[in-house]
Amino acid sequence: MGYLAIIAARFRTLLQYRAAALAGLFTQIFFGIVRIMILSAFYAASRSQHAPMSLREVVGYIWLGQAMLLLMPWRIDEDVLRQVNDGSIVYELARPLDLQAVWLARGVAWRTAPVLLRLVPMLVLAMVVLPIFEPAWALAPPSAAAFAAWLVCFAGAIVLSAAISALMNVTLLWSLAGSGIPMIVGALATIFGGLTIPLVLFPAWSQPIIYALPFAGLLDLPSRIFTGNLPAHDVIYVLADQLVWSLVLIAFGRWLLARGVRKLVVQGG
Amino acid sequence: MADSLRLYFRYVGIAIRGQLQYRAAFVLKVVGYCIATGVEFLGLWALFARFGSLAGWTLREVALIYGVADVGFALADGLSRGLDRFGDVLKAGEFDRMLVRPRSTILQLLGFDFRLLTFGRMAQGIIALAWAGQFVAWSPGRAALLALSFACTTCLFIGLAVLQATTAFWTIESLEVWNAFTYGGNYASQYPFDIYTRWLRAFFTAILPLALTGYVPVRAILGRDPLDAWHVIAPLAGPLFLIIALGVWRIGVRHHASTGS
Repeated sequence: MGYLAIIAARFRTLLQYRAAALAGLFTQIFFGIVRIMILSAFYAASRSQHAPMSLREVVGYIWLGQAMLLLMPWRIDEDVLRQVNDGSIVYELARPLDLQAVWLARGVAWRTAPVLLRLVPMLVLAMVVLPIFEPAWALAPPSAAAFAAWLVCFAGAIVLSAAISALMNVTLLWSLAGSGIPMIVGALATIFGGLTIPLVLFPAWSQPIIYALPFAGLLDLPSRIFTGNLPAHDVIYVLADQLVWSLVLIAFGRWLLARGVRKLVVQGG
Repeated sequence: MADSLRLYFRYVGIAIRGQLQYRAAFVLKVVGYCIATGVEFLGLWALFARFGSLAGWTLREVALIYGVADVGFALADGLSRGLDRFGDVLKAGEFDRMLVRPRSTILQLLGFDFRLLTFGRMAQGIIALAWAGQFVAWSPGRAALLALSFACTTCLFIGLAVLQATTAFWTIESLEVWNAFTYGGNYASQYPFDIYTRWLRAFFTAILPLALTGYVPVRAILGRDPLDAWHVIAPLAGPLFLIIALGVWRIGVRHHASTGS
């Protein structure tokens, strides 16, 4: 199982960066608290009674968003960018492995290791430490069913994120200096994945459009399951949404990669 | 000094010409930056559409606060990219070369990396300002105050970048902690400070005075406070912060012992 070995190797590399993880944790807690203060000020308005999500759920949603931040398909795989730029991608193509599957495996490892490293301390802080200082800012512990359901769609979110980044890797074959298209995709994932504000707070008319996009499965749907905004048994729909989108994006990526390889001009001699 | 500035602008000119070599990639990146930063404002708009107001502030008012914070930050970010890479410069031993040149080390570093593209970040702030600006009863005093607020916010963020770079003299680890203050500070200063709890307001007034460079003058521009001397004096905390940061930088330079033998 070559792909499993790739995942394991990437995992060990990424777990080296503990100081960075600590610094990131600090930054994300800061962001989380500021976000909660902003949303709480909005919820103080009288119109908030009709909001489709309670402030308590919003607070939990914000913490989960901060905890799963590194899951977002923001950046392209620097190694792949280098391979395309210096031409060593030919060695990758020459290996008896499927290139897109390799990228997917790398993507899964790339998301999982740093996310786990931050997710666990983040959840502990928000659930156990924060209630001591400011109960209103704490993450409410989920029910057992909600937690189990969340674990399932957390895995789904990682697959979806890896599928998106594998597709972004393919676009590198067209744009040498990279980062333009990944940046646009990253921005769309930020807003329509639920990192900026909970998606249900967008105007009602925009909901069908937003939830038809592939990004809701990244942060929004799993966080709604965790906070109880969606019932735990809806996990079936969430997982279906994530997997269908993953398959569509992977299929599109394969088709694009096949076309890209045909016209690929390797730099250098 | 004039000579140093001329040198700085030559550095910038070279960097800009270099970046324009990859034109299509450059345009895509600028578009990416605009969208990446614009989405934040889309979220703000959606919240106002749903809740009507934010603790008595309207979207127009918040947009002005948002615009000042964002343009000031984007300007500083574009100018101080080179400081961002100071850790690498130090590790490579390149800083020693800068030290022997008869020019300010900070200016050389600022010129070390200049990214045109970070100015794409400014687009949304300018759009927010242009939109919100229509609803302000402008007077020469208010316009001047806006310019002062920009300049001082930019000084403050450059000061922060100088402090961040200075820590590299002591440690090369976890410089990311500063992101809480730079990006976190930028994020927090996009909203009226009176929605935050007391300790956070105190932090952004006394330690990292973003409330003084942006929020206080904008209150006077919006006509929430009658314009008086305080609104002019308060933003000067930004340049003061930069001066202190440069002082700390000098301590760092004196402490500097080069890598290698």
